[in-house]
Amino acid sequence: MTFPGSLDDQDAARAVRYAGAEPVALWHADRDLRGVDAVILPGGFSYGDYLRCGAIARFSPVMGSLVPAARAGLPVLGICNGFQILCEAHLLPGALTRNAALRFIHRDVRLDVVNAGTAWTSGYAAGQSLTVPLKSGEGAYAASPETLDELERTGRVVVRYAPAAPNGSARDIAGICSAEGNIVGLMPHPEHAIDPLTGPSADGLGFFTSIVSAFAGAGAAR
Amino acid sequence: MARVIVDVMLKSEIHDPQGEAVLSASHRLGFGNVTGVRQGKRFELDIDGPAGDAALARAEELARELLANPVIEEFSLSFVE
Repeated sequence: MTFPGSLDDQDAARAVRYAGAEPVALWHADRDLRGVDAVILPGGFSYGDYLRCGAIARFSPVMGSLVPAARAGLPVLGICNGFQILCEAHLLPGALTRNAALRFIHRDVRLDVVNAGTAWTSGYAAGQSLTVPLKSGEGAYAASPETLDELERTGRVVVRYAPAAPNGSARDIAGICSAEGNIVGLMPHPEHAIDPLTGPSADGLGFFTSIVSAFAGAGAAR
Repeated sequence: MARVIVDVMLKSEIHDPQGEAVLSASHRLGFGNVTGVRQGKRFELDIDGPAGDAALARAEELARELLANPVIEEFSLSFVE
């Protein structure tokens, strides 16, 4: 999915190709989801981050189609700005706020996979350690204590910063999922870590191979 | 025409690093008696029709839907002449 100001849509498409699937370009002004099996909302600065990150993108025409489809089970992965959009659209709880130390953080971080049961993380093992880039100024995850408790109790924390969040994220949360596990959002960028030639590792590729193998299995059964 | 002011502030329990940066700059400038800064946003909405309850209700709807994120922010409404 590309919004005005998206930056990482090409890397997301490349990651999908690496995982053995065909990327389909979707456009914010187009209501048509073109029959895709899954949607990735990429990183960037949609609508210039005006108002709040993701706040304007939430009301773009394509979201009118995406929100009901996601609620009906369509797998959606939101990376960085995509995660912010998912929170603004209330597809995921909580919000992303300014980094605790105000600085834009651009460096590789270590993540621990907490939930390897989502549509996007089934290729990992719980407890597995990943090294992927983080690049955001407003990446501190915030939610009410009740919401945080519920996310932890129901296994909806998908990835955690290790050993600690560099940006002030509540309970070191780097990514979460919907109750059904089809919608996942995270601030770090797995699509930038799919090949050691161009990233710090290939650790991020698992997000994309997870979803592709889910459909490969479904395709064989059809 | 009614002009409605919407003030949006981070909730008190949400960390405001921008406010803290302004506070420490204030101290560097010699405003040592400033003991706290919270930074927010102000919107001025021009709304067709008289400055009454209907205009206020529309402004509140917009604030709730778009101008503020109720997860992290709260807002207040007022009229200006």
